[in-house]
Amino acid sequence: MVRFILSKLLYLVPTFLGITIIAFSFVRILPGDPVLLMAGERGVTPERHAELSAQLGYDKPVVMQYFDFLGRLMQGDFGNSLVTKKPVLAEFLTLFPATVELGFCAIVIATLIGVPVGVLAAIRRGSWFDQISMTAALVGFSMPIFWWGLLLIILFSGILGWTPVSGRISLLYFFPNVTGFMLIDSLLSGQEGAFASALSHLVLPSIVLATIPLAVIARQTRSAMLEVMGEDYVRTARAKGMPPFRVIGIHALRNAMIPVVTTIGLQIGVLMAGAILTETIFSWPGIGKWMIDSISRRDYPVVQSGLLLIAALVMVVNLIVDLTYGLINPRIRVK
Amino acid sequence: MKQFLVFASALALSAAMAEAKTFVYCSEASPEGFDPAPYTAGGTFDASAHPIYNRLTEFKKGTTEVEPGLAESWEVSEDGTEYTFHLRKGVKWQSNEKFTPTRDFNADDVIFSYERQGKADNPWHQYIAGITYEYYTAMDMPNLVKSIEKIDDYTVKFTLNQPEAPFLANIAMPFASIVSKEYADALDAAGTREDLNNMPIGTGPFKFVAYQKDAVIRYQKNPDYWGTAPLIDDLVFAITPDAAVRLQKLKAGECHLMPYPAPADIEAIKADPNLKLDEQAGLNVGYLAYNTTMAPFDNPAVRKALNMAINKQAIVDAVFQGHAEPAKNPIPPTMWSYNDAIQDDPYDPEAAKKMLEEAGVKDLSMKIWAMPVQRPYMPNARRTAELMQEDLSKVGVSVEIVSYEWGEYLQKSMEAGRDGAVILGWTGDNGDPDNFLSVLLSCDSAKEGGANRAFWCNEDFSKLLKDAKVTADPATRTKLYEDAQVIFKEQAPWFTIAHSTQYVPMSNKVSGFVMSPLGDFTFETVDIAE
Repeated sequence: MVRFILSKLLYLVPTFLGITIIAFSFVRILPGDPVLLMAGERGVTPERHAELSAQLGYDKPVVMQYFDFLGRLMQGDFGNSLVTKKPVLAEFLTLFPATVELGFCAIVIATLIGVPVGVLAAIRRGSWFDQISMTAALVGFSMPIFWWGLLLIILFSGILGWTPVSGRISLLYFFPNVTGFMLIDSLLSGQEGAFASALSHLVLPSIVLATIPLAVIARQTRSAMLEVMGEDYVRTARAKGMPPFRVIGIHALRNAMIPVVTTIGLQIGVLMAGAILTETIFSWPGIGKWMIDSISRRDYPVVQSGLLLIAALVMVVNLIVDLTYGLINPRIRVK
Repeated sequence: MKQFLVFASALALSAAMAEAKTFVYCSEASPEGFDPAPYTAGGTFDASAHPIYNRLTEFKKGTTEVEPGLAESWEVSEDGTEYTFHLRKGVKWQSNEKFTPTRDFNADDVIFSYERQGKADNPWHQYIAGITYEYYTAMDMPNLVKSIEKIDDYTVKFTLNQPEAPFLANIAMPFASIVSKEYADALDAAGTREDLNNMPIGTGPFKFVAYQKDAVIRYQKNPDYWGTAPLIDDLVFAITPDAAVRLQKLKAGECHLMPYPAPADIEAIKADPNLKLDEQAGLNVGYLAYNTTMAPFDNPAVRKALNMAINKQAIVDAVFQGHAEPAKNPIPPTMWSYNDAIQDDPYDPEAAKKMLEEAGVKDLSMKIWAMPVQRPYMPNARRTAELMQEDLSKVGVSVEIVSYEWGEYLQKSMEAGRDGAVILGWTGDNGDPDNFLSVLLSCDSAKEGGANRAFWCNEDFSKLLKDAKVTADPATRTKLYEDAQVIFKEQAPWFTIAHSTQYVPMSNKVSGFVMSPLGDFTFETVDIAE
């Protein structure tokens, strides 16, 4: 097992280096630069442009800039935002818990609904439940998130008045930021109704963010179950007269879970992409919205270090998934 | 311990908030920081300069007129180069958990606030690495200010290198906010200089309480405010970037007032019985700038003919959905010295065709640049360009529409020899005509790094602007600017499109909100009905 983990970790090094290159080049390939965007319609003289670029260190050759970036990374320095002038890492750590909280709720919703629906659809293959749920999954998968979010807001917050429109908690509550996770902090604050308020603010954004992963998980579970249920050992178990519940729960589901767990792990990346739009529409102060703002302002340090931090996290999550995979299926770690 | 104190004060505050009058503003963007000097975004100033700080001079609410602020009165020398300000006495600085002021506002604060921006050797010039003072530079303060002297604790003298008529308006702008020298010294001693930007201390109507990045900013009424005390107890900014979501929040009662509604929502807002809508002509202009250095656009008759071929009202109706006033001058009608005697070129394709023939222009093909972003002065540049394309094709001019990413657009549109006419616009900084005419149309700005995207350099026009800039008498200045607008109209370096109307939707419960022609959102006069 240790060797398995080590070999996985070793793979991370070149991947990480590759990501530094991609993160660094990505924002520089985009036309326009931060100085021009700061100046806006007013314009900036070539002299002042050169002066500001030099001050920001963007007058050096790009390769030099990259090695500067890498050198500082080695010392744990992720740079400072050009806009707020604050350390990128500090901003990331402030905003990250909000994204994790939202993402966690979304993935829980997607799994808790997606897996049973997939299993049920597979067992009742061809039934109306199978057809409706799989059509719904297809629709969910192709749902434009921005439109979907706004639609839910108008329906549930506007017309029905069941949920708050946006934000993380009612503005009436004001307590110190201890963990950055609003559900936990609201409990710690001891203020009456704070937790309920935080929870109600999570409902719509979690549903919106969960939509695409939910669809993917449901479809993946269904097809994995169908495949497993055609296997000899399932037929044998059935032939032995084992109750259907045990056949499905123990023999089929456990084996079908292997690709499903991988899928759930891969959804972490999808969640990050979805978080960008979800956070923007629900005014959710997380890293997705932060990235979008920074890209549109060409805030190079935030974009390159932010992407790097996000990518590193996705890599770690995928590593954990790989290890879980090893737990579910011992054959993998032997190899 | 500190954590506990914050917690205790937070508890006290939230208990108090239940009874206190809390006004919630759904702001559109996160502030870049809370020190107004290094930043340029309007959203940042709404969160910093306006609630927390004051300036020597202020814009009178709802106007662009300058009135006394932290300076109670002033004298200007005969030659217009010396300004002596008499400072208001008894103005209290705010306090926070780290700082309690021992003295009132005085001349040291004024000198500190300006010198940290203007003097590269001031120890606070770079108190955050990489900081720059773009507005101070843009308003030409480095070349303008020769010296700032303290005469006594309540008298400060500014000496300028040359007279500058808009000076008093310039120093009413957010970048010129007065910060506390004593606070700065205390932060210096504590080794936490960046807190000048994170935990602001000012003299304004509201005290800063807390900022949760990208989510919420909280302020409290400043009980010691020297001006008229605010009517609300707490002010909260709920940061909500999407216009449709802001409107939903307003409807759901999650906020009291919002900026920048989508033009398409205006009618629905008007129809909502729980909401009301304030409106005002914007201090802005949207325009199409020809490259007047390239043939045949170097010929004023050709430019005039093209202007007459475009149906301006159709653009106002289709693109602005009627929420704008067709523009005939480069400055908006709400600005002093607006020359209303000028007649706009009529929409007359037949005459335009003839004029083009007379000018010897045949089979003209040109490019129109459409900007990729929405701005207050231009909701949809692509659609505007398409309408222009259609109109111009009727007089035999074929148009190709081009667009670039925003930063690139701004840069390429100022490159010499640019091919095509550019759609762009401007929103005023200080309500002075010079801030439109000199910035956008003078010879000095007709070069790379300027903002004269017509590259139009008319010596007579520029002479009028220069004279107006060094003239103190408002009547004389008005005449000079009126004459300048006549030259502009004859020469037609732009097709002036529209001055868009600004809207502010708010709950019916809100009273006392005053729209600012400069687009600022300020809340010291608002009240909420129970």
